[in-house]
Amino acid sequence: MGQHSEPDGIGEARDDWAVSDLKPALARMPERRKQFETLSGLPVERIYGPEHIAALDYLRDLGFPGRYPFTRGPYPAMYRSRPWTMRQIAGFGTAGDTNARLKYLIRQGQTGISLDFDMPTLMGYDSDDPRARGEVGREGVAVDTIDDLDEILEGIDIGAISVSMTINPTAWILFSMYVALAERRGVAWERLSGTVQADILKEYIAQKEWLYPIPAGMRIVRDLIVYSVRHLPRYNPINISGYHIREAGATAIQEAAFTLANGIAYVEDVCRAGLDVDEFAPRLAFYFIAERDFFEEVAKFRAARRVWARIMRERFGAQRPESMRLRFHCQTAGSSLTAKEPLNNIARTSLQALSAVFGGAQSLHTNGMDEALAIPSELAMKVALRTQQIVLEETGAANTIDPLAGSYCVEALTNEVEAHIWEYIKRIDELGGAVEAAKQNFFQIELAEAAYRYQRRKERGDLAVVGVNTYKDPRGSEAVPFALHEVDLDTEDRQKQRLARVRRERDPRRVDECLAALVAVARTDGNIVPPTIAAVKARATAGEIVSALRGVFGMYVEQPVF
Amino acid sequence: MTEGPARILMAKVGLDGHDRGVKVVARALRDAGFEVIYTGLHRTPEEVALAAMQEDVDLIGVSILSGAHMVLVPPLLEHLRANDAADIKVVVGGVIPPGDRQKLRDLGAAAVFDQDAATDEIVDWIRRELRQPGTAPPVDGSGAPHDPG
Repeated sequence: MGQHSEPDGIGEARDDWAVSDLKPALARMPERRKQFETLSGLPVERIYGPEHIAALDYLRDLGFPGRYPFTRGPYPAMYRSRPWTMRQIAGFGTAGDTNARLKYLIRQGQTGISLDFDMPTLMGYDSDDPRARGEVGREGVAVDTIDDLDEILEGIDIGAISVSMTINPTAWILFSMYVALAERRGVAWERLSGTVQADILKEYIAQKEWLYPIPAGMRIVRDLIVYSVRHLPRYNPINISGYHIREAGATAIQEAAFTLANGIAYVEDVCRAGLDVDEFAPRLAFYFIAERDFFEEVAKFRAARRVWARIMRERFGAQRPESMRLRFHCQTAGSSLTAKEPLNNIARTSLQALSAVFGGAQSLHTNGMDEALAIPSELAMKVALRTQQIVLEETGAANTIDPLAGSYCVEALTNEVEAHIWEYIKRIDELGGAVEAAKQNFFQIELAEAAYRYQRRKERGDLAVVGVNTYKDPRGSEAVPFALHEVDLDTEDRQKQRLARVRRERDPRRVDECLAALVAVARTDGNIVPPTIAAVKARATAGEIVSALRGVFGMYVEQPVF
Repeated sequence: MTEGPARILMAKVGLDGHDRGVKVVARALRDAGFEVIYTGLHRTPEEVALAAMQEDVDLIGVSILSGAHMVLVPPLLEHLRANDAADIKVVVGGVIPPGDRQKLRDLGAAAVFDQDAATDEIVDWIRRELRQPGTAPPVDGSGAPHDPG
């Protein structure tokens, strides 16, 4: 940021302090490290002052919450009027198991629903597919047909509570089930709020759940966005996600930069389909992680909002403020949690949650203390939810908007993170955009490198992990001090029976007709969402829909790099 | 043990897409001088066993973070045994609850490493197990060799 003009006297006073106070203090006790840096590797100054933010222009760079460039928050009143949505992800076993967990969380004060699906559902395999063996209902809930989704949400008013579904390559199928379910229940589509993740680019880059080659993956996302903005005015048809990019090894800067670059690719794609940018951009939502470096994370959230606002206004010529304001869901960092001394994870998660709140998140999931060991137990989820409630109700952290604004440190870091994001976006543009960069393995190589560097830093002791590589318990590892979630080994059989019943009861000819109609549309430039809605109403399975389209789209094959 | 660097197959089985750990370990093993092959994602246990035999590896490192290890590791071991390839050691890494670690070793896994394991620790263990030269002292200086899992 360099030395700029600063108020009279400060420079002289600083020099005097450095000689008279700092120097003798350091002579008595040297600093803990030769140099301090953020998790991304940005240098951390000893002390930040006016000279570090001399170039900051309040109205240009910060402004007011709800106003361009949205650095201070996407809404004018933020948490003073509406707290972030406390949205704990839930999903395991069969529909009934998950329904019970959702109702438990709602009774405990959760304000939004977030569904986690099992690997077969995420990857488009039915529960009776040989490739699903061992995975049915394990990491999330199994959904084969609309009947499963119906039972998951039994007794829950989907016209009143927002439902987020963490699903990507098969997102359009779950979306179709969701809107068909609303119709079945007589809930007007205009009332539906919530989201499907549907961010396929970060799948090829980081999370690695995919079905079809990249162009087909992008086409499905485009169809979903186009259909949703025209029929569900309150629904977010995509959550452009940095979380998984970060968990796959990225730095905070890469997380923000790659996510926004993916966002650019989606906007370009939907614009090419003929929509005006202001028609759909307000419905784009984002999803970031809250990792361990507190100030860098706050800076990242603020910088991401500012960069996105500038991209939308300057690059895409958006006119509506809603198109420029970045709204995001946040989750604390799963990979920061340790299997050793798992109660320490409560402290880690609390601090990460606080950075999300200071960063202005719209919804938040706090991880369970047991997530390095198993999927979260009911107790772990309750403690995690209580953590959010404590941040909101007891700390005062949410009582003023963007409280770290004006901090020399946070503003300087926000500027630095922003500058690095722009550098990456320029590089990705030079590669031909995010889709081309993904095809060229650009992101994948960047992530593998960063993950390796991170691991080595941890092993050299440059990155302390308390209880693991420092402050180790001399008595060795202790027993896990709480009960872990028990996997019900009957789940797979129970789910297969449910699926067999649907296959028996439904009209097979109607299913075949619907799948044929879907394939026919997929072969044209038409939108595949309406024929998918028809197919799920006929109780076609997700696996049947996915494999029907394999004949049209083919399969994605990764060229892995390490 | 044959002359030259040991050959290691790093593998992902099942639908689990978490590949950060497997790639970091693959890279660390490569940097440590092993010949490393990575299967890529979404392999079946059968495919991994076949690849290990075809590539004539000394050891398989199989990474599972989905919780499906008790379903996916036994068939891998079974396929190796059925094809007279039980001399290929199988090391399991990932999110493995403490209670399952001994079970996996009882089934025939040579070792289990959780996600807190250091790559140096894994490299050292493999060097000792395969009697490879260059065994480094433990990184933390604690002296005693670490018993994985």
